[in-house]
Amino acid sequence: MSKALEMDRASAVMAYDYDVMKEDFAHAGSASSDIKKKCREIGLDKEIIRRIAVMTYEAEINIVIHSEGGVITVMLMSDRIEIWAVDKGPGIEDVELAMTAGYSTAKTSAREMGFGAGMGLPNMKKCCDEFVIESAKGESTRIKMVIRL
Amino acid sequence: MEKFLHSVILERDYCNGCTYCLDRCPTQAIRVRDGKAEIMTERCIDCGMCIKVCPYHAKGAQSDSLEMLKKFKYNVALPAISIYGQFGLEYDMNKVLNGFYQLGFDFVFDVAYAADLITQIQKKRVEEEGHVKPLISVYCPAVIRLIQMRFPTLIDHISQLESPSEVAARIARKKIEEMTGLAQEDIGVFYLTECPAKITSIRKPIGIEKSQINGAISLEAIYTKILRMYDDIEVVQQISKCSGKGIGWGMVGGQSYAMGAEDYLAVDGIDEVIKVLEQLELGKLNDIDFFEGYACVTGCVGGPLNPENPFIAKGRIRRLSAKYPQEVSMEAFGEITEDMLEWDEEIEPLPVMKLDADFKTALEKLSRIEALYHMLPGIDCGACGAPTCRALAEDIVMGRATLADCVVRKNNERKYNLSEER
Repeated sequence: MSKALEMDRASAVMAYDYDVMKEDFAHAGSASSDIKKKCREIGLDKEIIRRIAVMTYEAEINIVIHSEGGVITVMLMSDRIEIWAVDKGPGIEDVELAMTAGYSTAKTSAREMGFGAGMGLPNMKKCCDEFVIESAKGESTRIKMVIRL
Repeated sequence: MEKFLHSVILERDYCNGCTYCLDRCPTQAIRVRDGKAEIMTERCIDCGMCIKVCPYHAKGAQSDSLEMLKKFKYNVALPAISIYGQFGLEYDMNKVLNGFYQLGFDFVFDVAYAADLITQIQKKRVEEEGHVKPLISVYCPAVIRLIQMRFPTLIDHISQLESPSEVAARIARKKIEEMTGLAQEDIGVFYLTECPAKITSIRKPIGIEKSQINGAISLEAIYTKILRMYDDIEVVQQISKCSGKGIGWGMVGGQSYAMGAEDYLAVDGIDEVIKVLEQLELGKLNDIDFFEGYACVTGCVGGPLNPENPFIAKGRIRRLSAKYPQEVSMEAFGEITEDMLEWDEEIEPLPVMKLDADFKTALEKLSRIEALYHMLPGIDCGACGAPTCRALAEDIVMGRATLADCVVRKNNERKYNLSEER
C-alpha cells in the first residue's frame, strides 16, 4: 500500500520523537507531559496546550494498548503544531468503525486498568483542526493531527 | 507590590553549595552560583521542599517574631490546625491553646473550628448539581501556585473558598471589634504556622486583595516555649471548640472525610500531586467530586515549620480526631454569610516558564536549547549549578549561564577531544 501521508520534517522548527512501547502502561503519558512543558516554554495558549496534551496522551495510550509499539512525533512549526503517531502494526481492519465513539477492541487487561473505552480516536479527532488516519490490516497505522495556531 | 514574593529564604552562610535542594525543587527554581544556592523568585511556589531536604539548615522561611505583638494594642493568635499533632496525647490541647495567653496574646481562636465552618459550605458546593468536577481545594497554597504555573486549565476547578486561617482572622477581627471597640488597625492577628506557602499567602494573597492576618510566626519558634511552661498554663477558657473533623483538616484526606465525600482524591507529596494534576488536566478524572492535594507528605501536619515528625504527628491527629465530638454547634460564630468565606479576585495563570513574549522568538530559543542540550552529557549531575542538563541549556540561552559551566563536558573534552560540532 502506498503511503499517502508524508511527514514534512524540514518545515518544523523543532521535532520531538517519543518512542512508545507496547503494553508499557507505566510510562504512558510521559510524552504528553513532556510536550506540554515545551509548549509552555514557547508560550502557547493554555487551551491549545491542553488539546495537544490530550491528543498526545490518547495516541500514546493507543500505541500501548493496540500496537506492537511505535513513535509519536511532535513538530513545532511557526504556524501550526503537527502530532504524528506511527506504529508498527498490526493495523486497523475497519478504520471507520474504529473512529466510532465507544467502539473498542481493547483487551481485558487494558480495560481492567481503566483504558480502552473506545474514546481514544474520537477524542483525538475532536481536539485537532485536521485529522488524517491511514491504516489497513497487517499494515502500520499512521495518524496525522494538526493544530493551526 | 512586588509581583513575586515568597517566604522561603536562604541563609548564605550555612549553604555549602551542595545539590540536595537543587535536585528536589519541583519547579526547578534553584540554581547554585558561586558555591551558594539561589532561589529564582518567580518560580518558587514556597512548598518548602528545600527547607526539608537541606542538611545544613541553610533554608528557612521568613517569619515574624513575638516582638511584633508590641505594634498592636490587642493581639489574636491563630494556631494552625496541625498544632493538634505536635504534642503527645498526654497533653491537653485546650491547655496548650490557653498557653498562648501567656505568650502575650489577648485572644486565641481555634482555626480547626473555622475549618468546621468551611466544611459545611464546601460540602454544599461539592454536592451541588452541575458543579465543575472535580472541585479543587484551595487549602495548600503551594499546590494553587503550582496550578497557576503548570496547570492553568485547572484554575476554573479551584473552589475559591477561603482557607480556615483567613476565615478565622475575619471572624476574630469582627468579634474583637464588637467586644473591645478597638479600631481594626489596633488589632494584630497572628498565624502560628507550619507552612512557608501560607506565610507567603499572608504577604501576597491569592484570590483576595489583602489578608486579614498581620504576621506569621512559625510553630517551631513557640513549640519549646509552650513545652517549658506547660505545667504552669492556667486554663481560663474553652478555646478548642472544633469537632474531630476540624482537627482532621490537619492531615491529608481530612477535608474529604469531614465532608463525607465519596468520590474524592486526597494526594500528598508534591511529586504525586503533579502526577495526578497531569491526569486531571487530561480530563481523565472528571467523575471525581473533590480533589485535595498537599505539597507536604501527610498533609499540613508534615509542614516544614512543624517540630514533630510528620507521621508521628499524623497518628496523633487521627487519634485526637476520633476522640473529639464529630459534630459541634456553629453558634459561636455569630452570623456568617457565604460571601465572608469566598475569594473575590480572579486567579491568574503564571506563565513563568515562557522563554519569550514573542512566539517566534520563543520557538527559536527552544530550538537553541535543544541543540545545546545535545552537547551536554545528559547525566543531570547538578555540578554546573542547574538541576538538569536541560535546565543548563535553558539557562545558557536565557543568558544565565555559559557552556563552560558544564564541568563534565570540560573534563570529557580533555579526555575525548569533544568539540562543539559533535
